[in-house]
Amino acid sequence: MTKKQIFMTSAFTENSIWRQILGICSALAVTNLMLNSLVMGLGVIFTLALAGFTISLLRNYIPKRIRMMVQTLIIASYVIIVDLVLKAYFPQISTALGPYVGLIITNCIIMGRAEAFAGKNPPLAAMIDGIGAGVGYTFVLLVISFVRELFGFGTLFGIPILGDWWTKWSIMVMAPSAFFMLAMLIWIVNTKSAKRG
Amino acid sequence: MELSAFIIFVAAIFTSNILLTNFLGMCSFLSVSREVQSSLGLGLAVFFVMTVTTALNYAVYYFILVPLDIVYLQYIIFIIVIAAFVQLTEMVVERFSPLLYYSLGIFLPLITVNCAILGVSLFMIIRNYTFLQAVAYGAGSGLGWLLAILALAGIRQRIKEKYVPAGLVGAGLSLITTGIMALAFVGFSGIVVIQ
Repeated sequence: MTKKQIFMTSAFTENSIWRQILGICSALAVTNLMLNSLVMGLGVIFTLALAGFTISLLRNYIPKRIRMMVQTLIIASYVIIVDLVLKAYFPQISTALGPYVGLIITNCIIMGRAEAFAGKNPPLAAMIDGIGAGVGYTFVLLVISFVRELFGFGTLFGIPILGDWWTKWSIMVMAPSAFFMLAMLIWIVNTKSAKRG
Repeated sequence: MELSAFIIFVAAIFTSNILLTNFLGMCSFLSVSREVQSSLGLGLAVFFVMTVTTALNYAVYYFILVPLDIVYLQYIIFIIVIAAFVQLTEMVVERFSPLLYYSLGIFLPLITVNCAILGVSLFMIIRNYTFLQAVAYGAGSGLGWLLAILALAGIRQRIKEKYVPAGLVGAGLSLITTGIMALAFVGFSGIVVIQ
């Protein structure tokens, strides 16, 4: 596979969220505002890319029996970097995201990519695969948060779009709408791909 | 305002359900909830591990990490504590109750990567709970998770045979069901709020 194919496969055709239903905890939790989703997505791309690279570099040295533990520790180290950078430069966003930054560690996408790809492929390919999976994840987050923020607050990235006449849908801000939006997205993608294939 | 441990316990089950309002532990929630029996097994295991690891992580955080000023390592330390405790439980259960061990099967190792467990530990630190509050929060969240997965498994068994649009079968339908459950739980939110 060429680099571009690896990227497109992990970002769209095998998108972690709608194809494999992985990593949806954070996909649901941070999507009430687009800015939060974008920052979260960038954090996940960073972690996926570097963790994939590192795990792939060490793949021949990690004993098979304890590989999960080693992988988790590698992932956790990168997540700490993300957390400290956010705390230092974007304290407001860091507070808004709260524990969800730390929960990138247990985001199944990262572990899933480590198991499925980084453990078997050379470092550069693993990094591209990681970036692809991260971009796919961010894409889903942005789509969901676009709808939720637009209808829930009448804004996009905090900028007023709809104006005063718009009655805000408070359900879009609350938890249940996140479930409904993700279900809709999965429904649309499934129907489309069933038609095509 | 100082909240009593009991209020936090009740609130963690109903008004701030770890799954329905904080979206934690979704992966195993969706994949295991096909049958009531296995949901009950996993739910009980989560309840037990969550209660104990919250207490353990509390002690580790305030007696080791804070005095040594290495709070930034909390993610790694918490994960290690959780993984070690799960491993230990597995060994104890296997030694003393082989029957329970086989019925729990793969559920115990799965718990290590359940984000609800780590999430509860992180929330407890962010919200500055006392020890009693933290344990109540851990136990309440575990029970809340058990309640949610049991409810979803029951509903899924009922609708298994019904006609649904092809694109919705599986995850899509479970998510919509969970969404409606979450709507019902929003009704509790007037009772008490913990943030």
